[in-house]
Amino acid sequence: MKINRRAQQRSVEIVSNKKIGAYHHMIFAVGDMALHALPGNFVAISVGGPGSAMVLRRAFAIYRTHDRGNYGGTLELVVAPHGQGSKWLTGLPMHATVDMVGPLGTNFGIPTEPVNALLVGGGYGSAPLFGLAELLKENGCRVDMVLGASSAGKIYAPLEGKRAVNSMTVTTDDGSAGTKGRVVTVLPDLIERYNVEIIYSCGPMAMLSAVQDIAKQSGIMHQCAVEESMACGIGVCMTCVVPLRDETGAIKMSRSCIDGPVMDGASVIWNSNGVIPAGTIGAPNV
Amino acid sequence: MSNFDFSTSFSNSHFPNPIFTASGCAGSGKELAQFFSLAEIGAVVTKSIMLKARSGRATPRMAETPSGMLNSIGLQGPGVDQFLAEDIPFLQKAGARIVVSIAGETVDDYGSLARRLRGIAGVCAVEVNISCPNVENRGQVFACDLIASRAVVEVVRRTLGGELPIIVKLSPDVTDIVAIASEVISAGADGLALINTLLGMVIDIDSMRPKLGGKTGGLSGPAIRPVAVRAIYQVHQAFPKTPILGMGGVSNGRDALELVLAGASGISIGTATFGNPTAVINVKEDLEKLLIERGFSTFKEAIGFAHRGENG
Repeated sequence: MKINRRAQQRSVEIVSNKKIGAYHHMIFAVGDMALHALPGNFVAISVGGPGSAMVLRRAFAIYRTHDRGNYGGTLELVVAPHGQGSKWLTGLPMHATVDMVGPLGTNFGIPTEPVNALLVGGGYGSAPLFGLAELLKENGCRVDMVLGASSAGKIYAPLEGKRAVNSMTVTTDDGSAGTKGRVVTVLPDLIERYNVEIIYSCGPMAMLSAVQDIAKQSGIMHQCAVEESMACGIGVCMTCVVPLRDETGAIKMSRSCIDGPVMDGASVIWNSNGVIPAGTIGAPNV
Repeated sequence: MSNFDFSTSFSNSHFPNPIFTASGCAGSGKELAQFFSLAEIGAVVTKSIMLKARSGRATPRMAETPSGMLNSIGLQGPGVDQFLAEDIPFLQKAGARIVVSIAGETVDDYGSLARRLRGIAGVCAVEVNISCPNVENRGQVFACDLIASRAVVEVVRRTLGGELPIIVKLSPDVTDIVAIASEVISAGADGLALINTLLGMVIDIDSMRPKLGGKTGGLSGPAIRPVAVRAIYQVHQAFPKTPILGMGGVSNGRDALELVLAGASGISIGTATFGNPTAVINVKEDLEKLLIERGFSTFKEAIGFAHRGENG
């Protein structure tokens, strides 16, 4: 298998940068990079400008892409400005350029037959799910979506995104929008009501792990886009690893930028931060 | 085009240009091959290979720091068997010159690893990594101990004979790097790789605990470049005939030139590749331009040029 085979590195221009709630919706003119991106893929952007003290790239899940338009191929991101790097990025003016590498990583698998799909997003983790919803709809699937966040301002659900799904459920921790509580509180009911056959999720690791528990109880397939901090995004630094069980049952520390971000929820050994799970290949003898 | 001679040598191995990857910063080579031709650079230095597969340390493994990063990978790798079966054939096919980096838990491990590297096409040198800071037992950092450093280099030398140049990678976390260099050169090292990462720590002020799973990590990036320049300068001054593979925070041609002037015969690009997949190519092009601008007709003339006029 060729690694990073669809990736390009190019200088791309910001053609739109709008604040929406707690996030920034940014559009970049990326040329034919847009042609190769699939839902679930991500891009890695260098931040801070020349001579920056921030030496590592920042990874962002692709919200959606368009092959052609006024600016040629475009690629869109939803960025939460909570770190130094993302604050720098969201503070850039129109027509500024950034160095982007992408598309990178695995994508969400699309069923060969129409099925009932439930998409679960946490915070800005909803972004890659809208492109996925469109693709699933084109393939004849029923698509329901549930989005959760700490408060109403952190739900990212644009109008056109809502139109792409059969139903939209919102949960907030503080009850400022939708049902009060976490996404998992509403999942069992949604699974039963819509006869869900596959779950797709994107968001913080704790949420993905909780979604996997429910998927397992219900005997449903679950594809999730994991979130581990990355240094390079292209598979060379080995920092973003997640313990993953392969077809043979062996557990390997697998790179979330190459073997992910989209992984089979049942293959991930969850809650492994700070530990090497027992049975991992090459684990230290203790 | 100019007639500039960009070639360099480590003992009896010759390279068309002096820009290499750094061990542990170029994956298996496959990851970077999408962005440039591996044959274009001086050599690919592989991740440090061990006898057996190794999971590495628990996550989190990385913390960004001002102009640098801490890593705590812990030598994750497939082990030498899989490395020889999969990675080496790929690099050979890509036309890369290969420097294989090896790391062991014991002195004997280094001998066993060296034995496996004999007679492999494309392998131009062996980097003996005796200085990885991310091991469970700090006592395993051979490069902090004169006797252990000597023992490792002697067993590799004995195993390889004169077949491949041995480049020994040293830690800057020692009181006197020249003393360690002297010991490994007299034990049979052909060259030195300077410098490995510096041991560091970041504490998360929210959890109020060390941020990395392995608690400590190796500091790399532009933040450590002055340490690299100093170490290379000191060692080159003491052993001007021993070639040095210089590394430590090089991200552009200007940085590379600084290490060359201090005494480096080759430059490895590590952390810069994380921020820019084509950093190796950029450095190579920039360095050539800077050397020509300064009137050098060969790369070798510039090695250690900052020492000119010194006594001894």
